[in-house]
Amino acid sequence: MELSFYLVQLLNAIQYGFLLFLVASGLTLLFGIMGIINLAHGSFYMIGAYLAYWLTDVTGNLWLGILLGLPIALLVGYLVERFAISFLYQRDHLYQVLLTFALILIFNELQQILWGTDVHGVAIPAILAGSIPLTENQSYPIYRLFISAVCIALACGMSWVIQKTRLGMMIRAGASNREMVQSLGINVNRLFALVFSLGVALAAFAGMLAAPVDSVYPGMGENVLIISFVVVVIGGTGSIKGAFVGAMLIGLVSTFGKVLLPEMASVMAYALMAVILLWRPQGLFGRAR
Amino acid sequence: MPQQPVPILEARQLHTYYGASHILHGISLSIKPGETLSLMGRNGMGKTTLLRSLLGLTPPRRGTVKVYGRDMTGAPPQKIVRQGIAFVPEDRGIFPNLTVRENLVMAARPGPNGRKDWDLTRVLETFPRLAQRINNMGNHLSGGEQQMLTVGRALMTNPDLLILDEATEGLAPLIRKEIWSVVRKIKQSGIAAILVDKDLKALLELADRNIIISKGRIVYEGSSEELAAHPEIHARHLGV
Repeated sequence: MELSFYLVQLLNAIQYGFLLFLVASGLTLLFGIMGIINLAHGSFYMIGAYLAYWLTDVTGNLWLGILLGLPIALLVGYLVERFAISFLYQRDHLYQVLLTFALILIFNELQQILWGTDVHGVAIPAILAGSIPLTENQSYPIYRLFISAVCIALACGMSWVIQKTRLGMMIRAGASNREMVQSLGINVNRLFALVFSLGVALAAFAGMLAAPVDSVYPGMGENVLIISFVVVVIGGTGSIKGAFVGAMLIGLVSTFGKVLLPEMASVMAYALMAVILLWRPQGLFGRAR
Repeated sequence: MPQQPVPILEARQLHTYYGASHILHGISLSIKPGETLSLMGRNGMGKTTLLRSLLGLTPPRRGTVKVYGRDMTGAPPQKIVRQGIAFVPEDRGIFPNLTVRENLVMAARPGPNGRKDWDLTRVLETFPRLAQRINNMGNHLSGGEQQMLTVGRALMTNPDLLILDEATEGLAPLIRKEIWSVVRKIKQSGIAAILVDKDLKALLELADRNIIISKGRIVYEGSSEELAAHPEIHARHLGV
């Protein structure tokens, strides 16, 4: 096989890794900062994809669909945090698992009521519909490059907010000593609601971006959820850097797994996780507890 | 009768519990603007619980807490401290995963009337040691530096009232002296303070009024001159 073939696979792996990162970074933040295990995180990815499908259908334009869909996703996240999650911060993880599992069922049911069980597709916007030719018979779709570029920008933006802004300092401080943050006059509840909503919006945005390249179908959230947990565990819970490296590793392993070892492809990601956990039980960038 | 200034903080008949144990048995106190109050008592007598009750961290089961005359009983801590109170807890509460600069900057806000007397520059002038360690993480500081950081962080909120819980405990004598000299400057700048400490000499020098707590009740209240003149009082309530 030619080099360009591997180049295409590499680009696919990176693009898939970036999408996983958007979902997994929210998951790891919610766990690391707020101590919340959010099984419904994949549902928000699904909600994003369905919002993109529905609103693109209504407005005839993916950009408008995303623009209208993001505030809806933020609102859903905010409401879920206020009316469900916020009651469980001081509780055992088991309560959170039960509650967020119930949310999966509710969101899936709502999805079937609102949009049915058909598989849908979303058209790639005309401006990004083309491909870049690599060789005579190999080319790479511009839209996939676009996904990677947007994700790079978002990852940089996120790291800037967390490392450089006062909001980021408060979030990190809240992760280490909630009561002290309160004693300094900061409303921790509002801060956590914001973090949760942003995490939800990131997952939904990933779903929106992915809608034109993958199809939009019932149960898509669970697939993403499981592999995102693998990413979080590999990277170390609570570590954004870990989520990034983990997402890229999973992107590479599953993309090249499908090509090189098709009969083993479905277990590759889990095998990788097992090997990494044997070597570093706290994950690549996790702190030992 | 001359008009009394509205107290910054006023507590009436506080009863606070940890689970079933009754810790505070009806404590009342108030502090006026600019006043320095010391709070003394042996370990486990309820000093920290009293502070936590005043701040809403452990809300009292009965009794009222007023800030500038407004009833704040049962309000969340951030609402209470935003009226102009800063808290330096016994464990210092430094954020280990933030740098010295970040620990200070994240807390910055103008005082209740928009006052901005304290900013990063002034805090670093007051504590030159912190300026030297500005990019160190919070957990890479010595105990004394951590204490300076927690006081500096409290000042970044431009408080009218500073509450210090055991600010000099476990520190070397020189560092202690430095902390007390900063507290003196803070007092001179007109900020009121509640000081919990075991350093009787320093407290008698700084405090306008002293309160001794025993088993969740106030057993003595008086000026520093009076307390200094009656060593039998501290021998009875503070001596070992």
